[in-house]
Amino acid sequence: MARLIVLGGGVSGHTAATFAAEWLGSAHEVVVVTPNSKWNWIPSNIWVGVGEMSKEEVTFDLAPVYAKAGINYKQAKAVSINPEGSESSVKPFVTIEYTLAGREGESENIEYDYLINATGPKLNFGATPGLGDANGLGEFTVSVCTADHAVHANEEFQKCIQKMKKGERQKFLIGTGHGLCTCQGAAFEYIFNVEHELNKAGVRDMADLKWISNESFLGDFGVGGLHMKSMGFAVSSKIFAESLFTERNVDWIIGAHVNKVEKGKAHYELLDGTMGEEEFDFSMLIPPFAGVGLKAFAKDGSDITGTVFAPNGFMKVDANYAAGAYENWKASDWPKTYQNPTYSNMFACGIAFAPPHPISKPMSSPNGTPINPTPPRTGMPSGIIGKAVAHSICDRILKGEDAPLHEASMAHMGAACVASAGKGIFDGTAAAMTIYPVVPDFEKYPGTGRDTDYTFGEIGLAGHWIKHILHHLFLYKAKLKMGWTMIPE
Amino acid sequence: MGKKAEHNIKAYGKNFTSMTPGPFALKLRTCKIWQFIRFVIINIKMLIVVRKSH
Repeated sequence: MARLIVLGGGVSGHTAATFAAEWLGSAHEVVVVTPNSKWNWIPSNIWVGVGEMSKEEVTFDLAPVYAKAGINYKQAKAVSINPEGSESSVKPFVTIEYTLAGREGESENIEYDYLINATGPKLNFGATPGLGDANGLGEFTVSVCTADHAVHANEEFQKCIQKMKKGERQKFLIGTGHGLCTCQGAAFEYIFNVEHELNKAGVRDMADLKWISNESFLGDFGVGGLHMKSMGFAVSSKIFAESLFTERNVDWIIGAHVNKVEKGKAHYELLDGTMGEEEFDFSMLIPPFAGVGLKAFAKDGSDITGTVFAPNGFMKVDANYAAGAYENWKASDWPKTYQNPTYSNMFACGIAFAPPHPISKPMSSPNGTPINPTPPRTGMPSGIIGKAVAHSICDRILKGEDAPLHEASMAHMGAACVASAGKGIFDGTAAAMTIYPVVPDFEKYPGTGRDTDYTFGEIGLAGHWIKHILHHLFLYKAKLKMGWTMIPE
Repeated sequence: MGKKAEHNIKAYGKNFTSMTPGPFALKLRTCKIWQFIRFVIINIKMLIVVRKSH
């Protein structure tokens, strides 16, 4: 019997673990180690953050789902990996620390034959003074990165609405809280949901909305922007985004590294080196991501964290980390199998794998401060990569160690993105977009880097309906209800 | 609704070069019949992208 350990139970880890359990059956063991007791459909946290959904509608308990799937579920956080075993253990193992009520802090070593690192990110609020610290979110801003954060965001948002109803003007500042953030799309969706809710509450005229982001242009979204086919043109996402911001009367600051947050005030540095500050009554700023801080040790106990993980804490995989300057970047730099180059039985997927470099062109201010989005690895690509990695490992377990690995390069993969504003069936609209491929391939698609037959975007009710369907469909799938394997990632 | 979006443009401000939707474009975004057609088309396009990605 082989044992596969999956670290993390988010979109990527959950997809990998559940498919592996399905394909391996009871002859082999799948273990999931995640510190969370609930699964969270993160895209719908946006609706929780404006009071349109409850936390219960976007989460469910993992234990019964994993019990049904025959997965050995350990509510714990991974602390370290010993990929060579140790002096007293021949097999590789993971050291975990329980977070389960009643077993908090208890440590255990679990041996494995194969390991998938899908821990997701550490929400690095501490990277920006005032945004938070090592313990997480600070007191001056809100976040929608977790369901609990989103609940808190809504509480603060409702207070602002009440103030506006009493005639007190409010300033909203929404975007990214550091020069190296990703997930601009989540903040983008949130600001337009806030705008929608303010309209619905009849207080839009009492609100000043401002976007702040590390993108060098509106519509970069961490993927270097995109050209989408519209009305016979290949239209830049910059035009698309600027149009939407203007239409909804939302001001913007771009190319900004938020370097300090105080009560009611954010300080920032721009790409041109100038410094500025922006006052706010309500601010949702996405933190930068980092690896969760897993350590790795060799058989003799020496620290090999630098061998297994990149400096940002994400696991090294089969990417080209020596691509160098932007001019040298190629689509082929991006990983295909997500196998660790040193230990062939270790893989990483979702946010946990170390990308070879950003997708957006790296930029820095004259002061040397890097200000550019880091690459997104969430949502659809995250699920597809998780499934491909699970497929590879299952093949190796069932067919032998020489079985070929499955590939899922972000340079050969598309993504669908729906940013919805509002939740009602007929009173919301959404920006529905597809992008193909996620990582531009300028050799295959000269000019835009993407296939404009499959890269498109439009705003309307239709996208909004799709967002609703995706919410229910992916929660249904994650709960492993009948026919779940038929639903694509 | 009218030309409300145009009124948000500030002369020589950062949004001066923005494209804004007119009344017809805004109407289409919420026209249930048109949006049902778009719903079918977008779903087909997304399914093609999903298929190409697996």
